[in-house]
Amino acid sequence: MTASAFLSQFAQVALALALAPLLVGWVNQCRAWLANRSAPPLLLTYRTIRKLFMKDAVVASNASPIFRLTPYIVFGAMVCAAAIVPSLATDLPFALAADAIALVGLFALARVFIALAAMDIGTAFGTLGARREMFVGFLAEPALLMVLFTASLISGSTSLPAIVDTLAHRELAIYPSLALAGVAFTMVSLAENARIPIDNPATHLELTMIHEAMLLEYSARHLALIEWASALKLFNYSCIGLALFFPFGVAQGSDEWTAIAISVPVLVAKLAAGGFALALIETASAKLRIFRAPEFLGTAFLLAVLAMLVKLLLGN
Amino acid sequence: MDFSPLGLPSATLPSVVPAVRVIVPSGQLVAACRLAQEQGARLVALWASDDRDRGMGTMLRVALADADGLTVLELAIPAFEDARYGDVASVFPAAARMQRAAFDLTGVAAESEDQRPWTWMAAWPIDRFPLRRDFAASPAWEPGQEDYAFVKVEGDGVHEIAVGPVHAGIIEPGHFRFQVVGEKVLRLEERLSYAHKGIEKRFEAMTLADGHRLAGRVSGDSTVAYAWAWAQAVESITGVEPPPRALWLRALALERERIANHLGDLGHIGNDGGLAFGLAQFSRLREEVLRTNLAGYGHRLMMDAIVPGGVAADLDPRQLRAMAEESKRIAREVATLRGIYDEHDGLQDRFRACGRVSNELAVRLGVTGLAARASGVAGDLRCDFASPPWNSLEVRRVVHEDGDVAARVAVRFDELADSLRLVRTITEQMPDGDIRALAGEPVPHRLGLGYVEGWRGPVFCALEAGPGGSIRRCHPHDPSWVNWPVIEHATIGNIVPDFPLINKSFNLSYSGHDL
Repeated sequence: MTASAFLSQFAQVALALALAPLLVGWVNQCRAWLANRSAPPLLLTYRTIRKLFMKDAVVASNASPIFRLTPYIVFGAMVCAAAIVPSLATDLPFALAADAIALVGLFALARVFIALAAMDIGTAFGTLGARREMFVGFLAEPALLMVLFTASLISGSTSLPAIVDTLAHRELAIYPSLALAGVAFTMVSLAENARIPIDNPATHLELTMIHEAMLLEYSARHLALIEWASALKLFNYSCIGLALFFPFGVAQGSDEWTAIAISVPVLVAKLAAGGFALALIETASAKLRIFRAPEFLGTAFLLAVLAMLVKLLLGN
Repeated sequence: MDFSPLGLPSATLPSVVPAVRVIVPSGQLVAACRLAQEQGARLVALWASDDRDRGMGTMLRVALADADGLTVLELAIPAFEDARYGDVASVFPAAARMQRAAFDLTGVAAESEDQRPWTWMAAWPIDRFPLRRDFAASPAWEPGQEDYAFVKVEGDGVHEIAVGPVHAGIIEPGHFRFQVVGEKVLRLEERLSYAHKGIEKRFEAMTLADGHRLAGRVSGDSTVAYAWAWAQAVESITGVEPPPRALWLRALALERERIANHLGDLGHIGNDGGLAFGLAQFSRLREEVLRTNLAGYGHRLMMDAIVPGGVAADLDPRQLRAMAEESKRIAREVATLRGIYDEHDGLQDRFRACGRVSNELAVRLGVTGLAARASGVAGDLRCDFASPPWNSLEVRRVVHEDGDVAARVAVRFDELADSLRLVRTITEQMPDGDIRALAGEPVPHRLGLGYVEGWRGPVFCALEAGPGGSIRRCHPHDPSWVNWPVIEHATIGNIVPDFPLINKSFNLSYSGHDL
């Protein structure tokens, strides 16, 4: 472990924190363009977060410490996740402490706390949202684990940097197992990030909300942290997807600063393409009835299992 | 409608839609309603007026409609304390809220079990009744706290979700109380009247000459229908016949209002299904229509375009041509968008079988207008009582049978296409001539009626003039009154997140209902 490894680790987390709101802004902009609307400013998410940080927080009088702590826990979990997902380089000292399974655990931790906080206040909407979130979560997590296991089988390790190292050094070809896992991962990502067709991040209809319903009681800095954490979650999922299925351009060591320098624009370009693809999916789809979510996520799970079987049977 | 079995004579009322009045003796109200219902009548409106100064106690009026036209039952309730009238809601369920509202405003109650307030929300003392002539508001009254008794469902795992009147989006105020198990709705109860503005009381301080301005603001999305219904009522009191060109110009405005609202609704229904693309496209088209309105009428929603005796301003041939051209273009775009909606699996999955109102339920509850036509009840005043100019326009009667959100969307698409065609026909065949007839002398205490097929359904207006052109009583009545309770039924058994879609597929008026 070297000082430069720590530096690259630090750079990666800082980049995630800085770029995550931009990714959300970019997706919103693409969505607007695709619907022939004039788009909101690219930097709107930053301004919203700044505005929220400057406001005074209003907390319900019956809120327990869980409600106050949750934004920090959720934000912390997403920052930790950003530290173990190889977005720029694969030499991540922090990744030794946490593998792909721990990553799923981090997401689950954030989910559990945000659901607890939503129920803590005791409003109908918070409980409604928390219930739906857990409903989506218990279906999405196994599918995500399956995708990660498939990738682990290929590389023989559950450590994300090791997986990405292996995948990046294979011949450029279409691997059926990865193709299936990629589709499954995309579906899980849509559900986990509260996007259409499972949830609608732009809705104002409180009765249809999942993720947003849990945040209705949050304001000011708490809300800013949660919004930022949501952006980080989308960023992390995008980076996992890009690292697993489009692993080119990620620097190998931490000593090659030129490689890391090159990996930044490569990552931005890949995220831009990914963000556009997300907007395209969202524009073309309607929201599913909530009880169709099991079918949707069941399909994702099935595809992930198929990916693993293909890997075991065909060896690629 | 034949009331001879009860021995009740009827007298014809001057009105565009054929109308009669029947004076009902005390104690015969429910029997008369039942007789009417057996003959296929449905409830249009129920309202009360304070006529104690004329020695007639409180006058209760029940407007019914059937294939012959309108029938207004009149029952004079003596001015005793605790005088009650028969429960019309036992025959026409939609009367329940109107009876409760009538009590809150005039202080006469029906003999019904449900005596909860409806319009009263503690804004004035509970023993004062705003539509009584001796009512005087006091600035010293403090708004109180109202404790409304919602019906609760008991049972294992049943819980309550309260939504509104303040919502996350910018919409009108209404409270919805859900009793749910998991996501399934066991019961929905609405609480409206948050938008009560005292419109009926305000009318009493206005004159027949300026009342159209208030009538056009009862529900902004239906301003043309309301202004026309008001104008019909005034014209039947004053005996004025608007010139042909004025009627054609009114029809043009009414169809343009229908087009704008259907465009807006189709976009919002798509958006509530999660297809924001639909909202963007339909909003753009609606905006084009509104801008053309602004150019032609000086107002985006065409407020104050219709006045008693005719219309306020003429349209020149260039503007008429522009409207015809615009209709052609919009019809093409709407056809494309309908293809997208119809072929979108995700959207159709949301629409189908969602919020179903069966034909039997629709008939029993007396559903009206667009919502009724989506459940196979084929009423449309433009076809049923085709007065000029409708009698020369061949309006297409749109009916769909399924009664779900998909059917209400389909009715909107069909009516939109027909209204766009009507705009072209009207602009091409518009007769020449005057646009406004001179005002006549109002006959005091004569009941004037207006009944116009707005985009949501038939808008009704009952008007009684006082001496010297004053307004003694005006009751504008929105089709939403009878359609609101249907949403409670349509939502049962659906899941909670489908409610906004069901609600939007009806898109009823709060302002027009709360008055």
